[in-house]
Amino acid sequence: MIPLSWVLALAGLLFGIGLLGALLSTNAVRMLICIELMLNAVNMNLVAFSRYQGMGQAHGEIVALFAMAVGAAEAAVGLAIFVAVARNSKVIDIDKINLLKW
Amino acid sequence: MLSLAWLIPVFPALAWLFIGLSGRKMQNRGSGIAIPAILVSFLFSLIVLVQVAQGQSYHTSFTWLEWPGFQITFGYQIDPLAAMMLTVVTLVSLLVQIYSLGYMQGDSHYSRYYANLSLFTAAMLTLLLADNYLLLLIAWELVGLCSYLLIGHYFRKPGVPQAANKAFLTTRVGDFGFMIALMAIFNATGTFNFQEIFALAQTGAISQGTLVLVTAGLFLGAAGKSAQFPFQVWLPDAMAGPTPVSALIHAATMVAAGVYLIARSLPLYLVTPQVMQVVAWVGGITALLAAAVGLVVNDIKKVLAYSTISQLGYMMLGLGVGAFFPSVFHLMTHAFFKALLFLGAGSVIHAVHTQDMREMGGLARRMPYTTFAFLAGSLALAGVFPFAGFYSKDSILAAVYASGNSVLFWMGVLAAVLTAFYITRAVVLTFWHQPRSHGAEQARESGPVMTVPLLILSGFALTAGWLGADFSGNILGSFLGAEVHLPSSIHHYVTRVATVAALGGIGLAVLTYLFRWFQPSVLIQRFPKSYQLLQQAYYFDQFYNRVFVTGTIRLAGFVAWFDQTVIDGLVNAVGRLGKNSALLVAKMDVLLVDGFIVGFGNSVGRAGDRVRRWQNGLTANYLLSLVWAVLISILTFKLLG
Repeated sequence: MIPLSWVLALAGLLFGIGLLGALLSTNAVRMLICIELMLNAVNMNLVAFSRYQGMGQAHGEIVALFAMAVGAAEAAVGLAIFVAVARNSKVIDIDKINLLKW
Repeated sequence: MLSLAWLIPVFPALAWLFIGLSGRKMQNRGSGIAIPAILVSFLFSLIVLVQVAQGQSYHTSFTWLEWPGFQITFGYQIDPLAAMMLTVVTLVSLLVQIYSLGYMQGDSHYSRYYANLSLFTAAMLTLLLADNYLLLLIAWELVGLCSYLLIGHYFRKPGVPQAANKAFLTTRVGDFGFMIALMAIFNATGTFNFQEIFALAQTGAISQGTLVLVTAGLFLGAAGKSAQFPFQVWLPDAMAGPTPVSALIHAATMVAAGVYLIARSLPLYLVTPQVMQVVAWVGGITALLAAAVGLVVNDIKKVLAYSTISQLGYMMLGLGVGAFFPSVFHLMTHAFFKALLFLGAGSVIHAVHTQDMREMGGLARRMPYTTFAFLAGSLALAGVFPFAGFYSKDSILAAVYASGNSVLFWMGVLAAVLTAFYITRAVVLTFWHQPRSHGAEQARESGPVMTVPLLILSGFALTAGWLGADFSGNILGSFLGAEVHLPSSIHHYVTRVATVAALGGIGLAVLTYLFRWFQPSVLIQRFPKSYQLLQQAYYFDQFYNRVFVTGTIRLAGFVAWFDQTVIDGLVNAVGRLGKNSALLVAKMDVLLVDGFIVGFGNSVGRAGDRVRRWQNGLTANYLLSLVWAVLISILTFKLLG
């Protein structure tokens, strides 16, 4: 069986990639994809811990499923906002969308 | 009937109230209310007199004020002295008010005059009925007030308000003694009632020191009211009032209240012989000094004023040697003949329109009734047999002689000579020789409302003395229950001396002024200083002006200065201190408190300005902040374990 640390390392790698992508990308859609990546890295952690140290209970899996549902909703809302923004300003560059500030 | 005697002062009081409240509506009808009221009072007094003569007496009282520890009762008592005085006062008041119908006719304050006379009569009657010192004091002050109001009747004439003030203030000085005496007596006995106090004094329950204080204080009050030395200055000035007022208040009744007070309190004086000595000497000195001033005064009313002072001095002299009956007797006869003299003088003044005897003369032919009445009053005053003054003055002199004080006796005799002289001088100057002014030439006899009271009073001036004479069995003495039994040798001796004194005085004046054997101006030129001394009434007015009036004004000036510089300075300094410290606090408030609050607000604002820069609209920044926050949290948790 694959050791837990390998799975955790993979999840950490995925989370790091997602984080960097979210911080560095200027395209809003790409940023949203990166956030999904981070969510899934977390889900992987939850499932892995549940599998290895869950004592036969499926708490981690359930939370992962819940996070997926929330992530789907979040993606739907986020994409809808981006579509509306793109319609208004013809731009989807996250650095240009800075009207909401002091 | 005696239980209704309290109504006697009520009638004139009601008259006063009614006339006073009616105000201008009354116009000239005030006399129509005042005279019937006093007439009823007079009739009541007569009934009271008769019943008291039958041996009745009456005393009633009620609690006026009650406090834990003390109570004050008011009440009235009717004894022979009160009954006699009630009759005299109501009779003189009635005659004066009738006389005033003529004298005050056409006066612009006619009804007010009658209202004040009614109030005066009511107060005087209350004074006589009072069974205690407190009620007596209240009535005493009320008659003083009426005296003030009536002296000031012609208040638009220059000098009249000053005269009224002087009369009021001078008597007030004496009244202080009265009040001190009352406080002392109440402190010592807890009662104001005459009989209770006298009983306590006679049993020796009151200490001698207190008694001396009380009797001396009462005498101060009496001396003020009766214009005794050294308070005599107000009475001559009080002549500024209408002449009937002078007759009623400043001759017959109010000024006699002082004598009445001492006579009432005689049981107290009998146990303080040292104060009695003072009373006797003050009386004797007053009698002599005032009579001497009467020699040189030219104002007919002032002659009578000094005469009144002198006669009141006689009464005080009599009381000072413990002679109750002679003093009260003289008080009664004096009330009649002095009222008569004043009303006679009023009749003359009414006709001649001057009070200066140098502008009169020759009025005997023009005013026969007035002359007759004035002559009767003068003979009574001089003490000529068989007029009233003869009997009463004799009985005083006899009592003084019997007391053994020959100095006082000869002072009294000398005063009698002077009295006879000055009143004869006044009669001759006023009624004999040729008229010396246009007014005297045009003089007409006054109407019957004025002459009838004069004639009635003339009758009393002749007969009032008989009541106390030996040939009548001394009716008055037995009525008062105070017969004096002096050896007849004393009586004969004194009678002879007094008659010689009276006739001598009259004779000298007749020779000097009627037959002009002797020119008074020679004496005046010979002794100008003495003449001036008398003319200025011993410079008492000047002395009082210099010492008391000027002194008071100086003191007031000093107090005003003290007030304006020291007190106001202090007040202003405190004010400035307050203002300056308030300014300091205000500055501190602006600088420190406001500075702190504004500074705090500003710094919060600046901090907010800094912090809001974080919200720069760049999503990546927010995300980075989040990352940092999570990292720092993790590190913190790790480090803190």
